[in-house]
Order: sequence, then structure tokens, then C-alpha cells
Amino acid sequence: MPQAVISAARLTKKYKDFAAVDGISFEVAPGESFGLLGPNGAGKSTTMRMVGAVSTRTSGELSILGLDPNDAGPEIRSQLGVVPQQDNLDQELRVRDNLIVYGRYFGIPMRAIGRKADELLEFAQLADRAKSKVDDLSGGMKRRLTIARALVNDPRILLLDEPTTGLDPQARHILWDRLFRLKEQGTTLVLTTHYMDEAEQLCDRLVVVDKGTIMAEGSPAALIREYSSREVLEVRFGSDRNEEVAAKLAGIGERHEVLPDRILIYSENGEAELAKIHAAGYRPITSLVRRSSLEDVFLRLTGRSLIE
Amino acid sequence: MTSTPTVPSLVPPTVRPRLLGALYAGNARAVVSRGALATRSTNYLVVLSGFFEPIFYLVSLGYGLNKLVGTVETTTGQPVSYAAFIAPALLAVAAMNGAIYDSTWNVFFKMNYSKLYSGMLSTSLGPLDVALGEILLALARGGVYAIGFMIVMQVLGLNLAWTAILALPAVLLIAFGFASFGMAVTSYMKTFQQMDWINFVMMPMFLFSATFYPVTVYPPVVQVIVEALPLWQGVELVRGLTTGALSIAMLGHVLYFAVMIAIGLVFTTRRLRALFLD
Repeated sequence: MPQAVISAARLTKKYKDFAAVDGISFEVAPGESFGLLGPNGAGKSTTMRMVGAVSTRTSGELSILGLDPNDAGPEIRSQLGVVPQQDNLDQELRVRDNLIVYGRYFGIPMRAIGRKADELLEFAQLADRAKSKVDDLSGGMKRRLTIARALVNDPRILLLDEPTTGLDPQARHILWDRLFRLKEQGTTLVLTTHYMDEAEQLCDRLVVVDKGTIMAEGSPAALIREYSSREVLEVRFGSDRNEEVAAKLAGIGERHEVLPDRILIYSENGEAELAKIHAAGYRPITSLVRRSSLEDVFLRLTGRSLIE
Repeated sequence: MTSTPTVPSLVPPTVRPRLLGALYAGNARAVVSRGALATRSTNYLVVLSGFFEPIFYLVSLGYGLNKLVGTVETTTGQPVSYAAFIAPALLAVAAMNGAIYDSTWNVFFKMNYSKLYSGMLSTSLGPLDVALGEILLALARGGVYAIGFMIVMQVLGLNLAWTAILALPAVLLIAFGFASFGMAVTSYMKTFQQMDWINFVMMPMFLFSATFYPVTVYPPVVQVIVEALPLWQGVELVRGLTTGALSIAMLGHVLYFAVMIAIGLVFTTRRLRALFLD
């Protein structure tokens, strides 16, 4: 692995007695697309703020582009692009001015910034909205503008905190497409998400974070191989009967997860397991066979809503 | 994007040694120009009302009471017409109003609702850049109000001495002091109720700071309290300059504002760092 652009060792952030981030270690290689996957409150955003040099660590080691954020906050921030969880676009400025003014914060000369702003509006598919007020943009457009703004200083690392939370499916796909292009161009991406499909789409490698610690690390495919089966059979017997039936399905599939609304049965062959259920005389209201996803890995690792 | 792909190089960015460490990137002008651009979209009526307020006071009280009061003695014992007595005080008030308007309510909104500063501080700007930029912007508004008011004073013949021209830098100093201190106080405010306390302090200060009559009308204890207030310091400084009644005490007033500016900048910077970079 080439020298890491981000390297964290036993990174910890405590608020009074509560450890929001509790001794996590990871490295991000140049050009890599790295994800932090976890539920709300797992410590993802706090980690991102420390990596973004806007929050000081309580203990542990952190190096961004070879620099310690405790000593070189402004130098590190000058090399980062940040897309925060909640848009903090400048409501008092119009779309294009948002980019220009943000570029000025980095000390980019006026001559260069105008051209850059036009390029980025093109990239974000907002060229026709250059003079719009920020408030008049849709959620997806605001997000794209925020990403364009984060690229104004040609960052070496782009930090995205929940980039598509709250967007409709179409807007998410447009956004993913833009991020994928950046990835192809070699931009190092670090993103947090609680959407498993997003992590699968965008991340070369990810860590699963829960309660401030890392539960697992690997590529999406490797994590699925390691922590789940090839296929998952989902059966529903009605919310009042699921648990009762699940108890009687022991021996079918490798493992069960009983959720309030359905039973997940992990197996290399979902159809075969469904046949066994039918043979045993049970008739699920609905059934579905699908491939395992990071959702299943997460369920397995965190034990969230897990009754085994 | 047509720019070259950002192939990550492994050369770390250079760290320049800086006097103020990570607090200041020397780019407060970016914050000022952002403010100037944003001001274009603000409500001009609100801006203008702050400008006209002291002029209404000058015209109504200066004209109305002038006939009843006649002349008043300044601190140095010089008799001047009543209008010429209150005009410099209202000039200081104009500078104060402009500076306070931007540095309190506007800053409160940006800090707590628009998330503007958290955006700024995730760039290479430092907290002192943000503090200084916002304060300079507030100062500029105070300066614009004051210059407009000075023109009115000149037209009405209320600038009695050539030293009145020095009132211009003086009001900028006063505006700087109020803007700096106002932003520092605002940065500690969490709720609208707390913000109302600022009005609660500003109104009596406006009325009682030897604005409309000499401070000598008060009993000695009250005089000491009034003289400790920043507006009194400003009123005395400006009144000395526009009436030509110079005294060595004016240096004390200048020093007072210099200290006020320094305290405001230090606390605003510390607070911004604590809020957005901790």
C-alpha cells in the first residue's frame, strides 16, 4: 500500500465521560474511496470532523497528508473539500457567488476563481441556475452545489458526511454518478453513510462503525463473504406470528434473523430453503430471495434488532 | 470538469510559520468581501432606519429644545448651542448603532442558524480572520452612518471647529470598539431572550451617556458610572473634536476604545475556536 493520505491510530474523542469515538484505527490510501458505515450516533461525523481538522482529538494519533491537525489545521483544511451532513450554503448569496466567495476563503485569486466556478457549475449540472437564490434550489441541487463548493480548491481529499441523506432516489443516483466521476479522476473520497447501497456503490473499502469502535473492515464484497451467506431468504408470516414460526424453522438455512416484520434466513441457496419451509407445511404470506448485502453484514455485526 | 485529475501526490503541504499560529490566515478581506456581497441582498429599509434615527433626534430635539435651553457648557467649560451640544453625541450614537446592528443580531443569526461560520472555518480561514472580517464589516456600516450624519451636521452648521474633521477617524474607532465588543458578547448568547438583554443595555446607555445634557447634572456616584460606559467615552471624544474643545482627556477615550477593540477580538476569536474548532 502506498503511503497513506489519512492515518489514524487509536483515535479517540471524548465529551466529558462519553466517548463518541473510542480508539479507532484506519488508513486511507491515495485515490482510494473509503467509507465509514454505521448507524446514527456511531461516531462517524465526529471522526469526519477530526479528519477535517475542525475538531481536536482527545487522544490517539492522526495524520492527514503527513501533517498533524493539532499543528497544521489551516494547511490541512486548505487541501480538503468538505461536504457536511447538513448543507451550510450561504443563503444570502446566489449560486455562482457561493462558489466564488468560498474560493476566496482559500485565498484563490479573483481571476482564477471565476473560471473555476463556471467549470464546477457545469460539473454539478447547475450552469443554468448560476443566478438563482440558494433557497430556490431543490434538495438534490443544493447537495450538488455543496459538492461543487467543496471542489473549489482542488482538494486532495474529499470528505462527504452522509452525502445523499434526505434525497429522493433520482437525486441520489445523479449524485452518485457525479461522485463516481470524481473517483475515476483519482480524487480520494472519504464518506460516511448509513445507506448500505451507497456504501456498496461508492466504497472500495469500508469500516463498519458502531458505538465509536470499528466492528469490521474490508471491501463490500469481502465483508459480505465473511459475515453473511451468498443469499438471503426473506419470509413474512405476519408480525404476530414471525417469532413463533421462526422457532420451528431451526435447521433450515445457516442462520436466522427475526425482525419485527419478517424472518431473514441466510443460505447459499435461498430457493432450496423456501422449498424446505413449504415441505414443513408453512405458508409464508410473502417470500423473497435476494443476494446478501452490507445491510446483512451490519445486522450480523452490531446485533441491532438481533434475536438469535 | 476540465481541470486535470487530482492525482494525489505525497508531498505534504508546506507549513508556514505564523505569528498567531492556526488562528489567523491573513485573509480577513475574504470575509469582508463576502459581507459586502451579501449586504446587497439585505433589506435597505432596515439599513436606512438605523441611519435616520439619530437624524430625527437631532432635528426634533435640536430644533425643539434649542429655543428653550439656549446654550450648554461642554466638559471644558465652553458654551455651545444646544443643537451643537447634542449633535456630536448623536454622531457617536450613529456609529454605535451601525456597528451594533451588524455585530449583534446579524452575527447571532449567522452563528446559530445559517451555519455560516462553521462553513468558513472548514476552509483555510482561521477564527481571527472571521472575527476581524465580520467586525470590519460592522465597523463599515457604523462608518457609513456616521459620515452621512457628519454631512448633515456640516450643512446645519453644527461643526464648530476645524478639528471636526478628526471626528471621522474617531467615529471609526468608536464603531470598531462597539463592533468588536458587540460580536464578542453575541458569541456567548444562546437564545433570543439573551439577545434582548443587549437592547436592555443599549437603550439606557443611549439616554444617559451625557447625550442630551452634561454629565455634571448627575450626583458624583452616578457620574462615575456613566463615565465608565463606552458611549460616554465616545460622546466626549467626538464632542471635543466637533466643538474644538480639545483636552488631554481625549487620549484616555482613545485608549478606552483601543482596549475595547482588543478585548472584543480576543474573546470573539476564542469563542469561535471553541464553538467551531474544538
